[in-house]
Amino acid sequence: MSGTHRKAIGVETIGMTMRFGAFTALDDVSIKVPAGSFHALLGENGAGKSTLVKCMMGFYHPTSGDMLVDGRQVAIASPRDASALGLGMVYQHFTLVPSLTGAENLVISREKVPGVIDWRKERGELAQFMERMPFKLPLDVKVAELAAGEKQKLEIIKQLYLGRNFLVLDEPTSVLTPGEAQEVLGLVRGMTKAGDLTALMISHKFHEVTAFADDITVLRKGRLTGTGKVSDLSHREMAAMMIGDQPIAALDSRAAPKPDAEIVLKVKALKAPDRTGLKSIDIADLGVRSGEIVGIAGISGNGQKEFLEVLAGQRPRNGGEVMVRGSAYAATRAEARALNVRLIPEEPLKNACAPRMTVAENIAFRTFDIDGSGKPVSWISAGAIKSFSARLVEQFKVKTASLSSPIASLSGGNVQRAVLARELTGEVDLLIVSNPCFGLDFSAVAEIRARIMKARNAGAAVLLMSEDLDELLELSDRILVMSDGSLVYETPIAQASVQTIGEHMAGHH
Amino acid sequence: METTDIGLWGVPLALLGGAIRVSTPFIFVSLGEAITERSGRINLGLEGTLVFGAMSAYAVAVITGSPWLGLVAAALAGLCFGLFHGWICKFPKVNDIAIGIALMLFGSGLAFFFGKPFIQPSAPDLPAIPFGAWSNIPQVQAALNVNVLFLIGAALAVFLWWAFRNTRVGLIVRVVGDSADAARAMGLNPNTVRLLATGVGGALAGIGGAYLSLYYPGSWTERISSGQGLMAVALVIFARWNPLGCFAAALLFGGAGALGPALQSVGVTQGYYLFYAAPYILTLIIMIATSSPSRTLAGAPGELSITK
Repeated sequence: MSGTHRKAIGVETIGMTMRFGAFTALDDVSIKVPAGSFHALLGENGAGKSTLVKCMMGFYHPTSGDMLVDGRQVAIASPRDASALGLGMVYQHFTLVPSLTGAENLVISREKVPGVIDWRKERGELAQFMERMPFKLPLDVKVAELAAGEKQKLEIIKQLYLGRNFLVLDEPTSVLTPGEAQEVLGLVRGMTKAGDLTALMISHKFHEVTAFADDITVLRKGRLTGTGKVSDLSHREMAAMMIGDQPIAALDSRAAPKPDAEIVLKVKALKAPDRTGLKSIDIADLGVRSGEIVGIAGISGNGQKEFLEVLAGQRPRNGGEVMVRGSAYAATRAEARALNVRLIPEEPLKNACAPRMTVAENIAFRTFDIDGSGKPVSWISAGAIKSFSARLVEQFKVKTASLSSPIASLSGGNVQRAVLARELTGEVDLLIVSNPCFGLDFSAVAEIRARIMKARNAGAAVLLMSEDLDELLELSDRILVMSDGSLVYETPIAQASVQTIGEHMAGHH
Repeated sequence: METTDIGLWGVPLALLGGAIRVSTPFIFVSLGEAITERSGRINLGLEGTLVFGAMSAYAVAVITGSPWLGLVAAALAGLCFGLFHGWICKFPKVNDIAIGIALMLFGSGLAFFFGKPFIQPSAPDLPAIPFGAWSNIPQVQAALNVNVLFLIGAALAVFLWWAFRNTRVGLIVRVVGDSADAARAMGLNPNTVRLLATGVGGALAGIGGAYLSLYYPGSWTERISSGQGLMAVALVIFARWNPLGCFAAALLFGGAGALGPALQSVGVTQGYYLFYAAPYILTLIIMIATSSPSRTLAGAPGELSITK
């Protein structure tokens, strides 16, 4: 397979424009990615980054504009044409088939697969091919058993195996630990330097761009707003190109922590089965004080989700206790209401909303069955729900066509704002948050983080689980690392080092 | 036939013979279902396909006098049922399980409707190979009288097990069953693959039905199937979607099904009706033992609606 050793190719777009009806997703964008370079494509959600690469890869047919590959104009009508020219894409979410082995994944993704596969011959050829690669991977293991970093490497290997030498990497490190991210990007960087590969990376993370990329292109609202050499640009300049002059919610300054504040959440010897049922999570001892944010770092799949589900009452526990302000807490509605426990789970549309119910109803979930003085009501007033929600929608700037639209019709940022409105209204003693900013754009992220900080300063105990280390470093007072179902490391924010946290996340200690 | 008294030895012997005889429809239906489920869809309608296959095999065998033509007719009828299921399920928001239940009732009903005139006449049987001819004990001869379909089923199980790993088609079915997104990224159309996989699964279930009406019990009645089509679905899960496992599980179910008659044959007169229920009790036990509220089944295709 692809015995010829193809060299990196250069790609250029000229005046790419893409309209969907009246909406212009991409407006006259020209970018140039020379052969053997590492180019970063920056922009907020909805800025047109994925539209641009989808046009380049043949998923979309641009309204106008041209593509040049190695200086020659080409017509790309389908992803098949793109791959014939040596253009490949590594998606944010893995496209490997989990129950197949690495070798099976590679062979079946080929254009031509023989009817009966001669595994002895294929294995020999794969071994030869892997010798040319700068890293080793087990190919006889099911993909489901590989670590995220290994999967990402296998995705890249797959593209190279298919003879593609221009790779679009769509947020390739979003599921990796800092260490894995460094390694994978370092490998890509090495291959571009050697002239074997050209890379175009979509990214949100400035520090990755600065460390690995040669040039950047920035898009905003479908237009090209900046381009240049990474060495000439600061993070501030890049951010300005990305978000323009829209105001960004500033983080409240951190009120001084009180080390003797009341311990609101106390978890002791908590045990619960994880989702495979084969392992279990085991939280020996965790306390969260009033007025502090305790961040829990960890690679996804190390039990954070299960821990949150136990705290939310979605998962039974095998033993141990959860105490909120001294009383046992089993996450019933009555307890949550009495103890002022609020929850912002990840993927709010799925975990914190009834997607087809209206915005007003969703916002009123916590309060619809009590009256102003907290007494249960037997007759629910639609008018009260409406006026309550209208006030919160206003206050939290939820953009919705109407209060009676289904909440599923809102954008991700606005769904999260609606959930925040519900959860942060009234007295909050304990706030449990998980990945609150996943997939949201710059301004929504800043606003949501500001709200969480505000709740902390107002005296809430906040437990924040996040896969985004930058977010944890920005918000937390203390950071704990969860690995293999238990908390393995704790550091106050002042002494936190990304290096050490990353090592604990990867389980190297 | 003169009976030789072989005492309690009769029980394991009858179990073996029964396992081989009773298991054959299980083997075909479960292998068919394994193909369909490996492609990411569940076809609960195989019970109806089985009954319709039994009827059409019997009818064609009566009319043409050839059991083999009957077998082909059953396979074709099953193919049509499978393709119909696959075609309906390609539409968005269609639930494969609900369609399966509808087709199960539809298949049985249609079979009873067309099958009325064929309850009386008798059709030629599918041939069996007397592997027990060396013995002069009739029970041994009876137990080792193996129908060709059983042998074909065994070979098919081995072939499928091999094919899922070593052929392009096998890998494609697994890809589609495990990740529709990955399949689309490879330029495969999951709906087409599933349509064909459901079709093949239906054809195999039809063959299982032909075995019922053309060999054992060997006649067409409206009560020909005792839920084999449904239990085969449970069996596939029990076998972890592995064709060899399906074969072994089918033998186990067959043996359980033969327990009642075997005990009866050695003179147990009380309570053997309870043992007739053995396959169903086994189904229940397996379902309970392999289920769990908090964990997904290991080895289950990722696209199945029951594991998603």
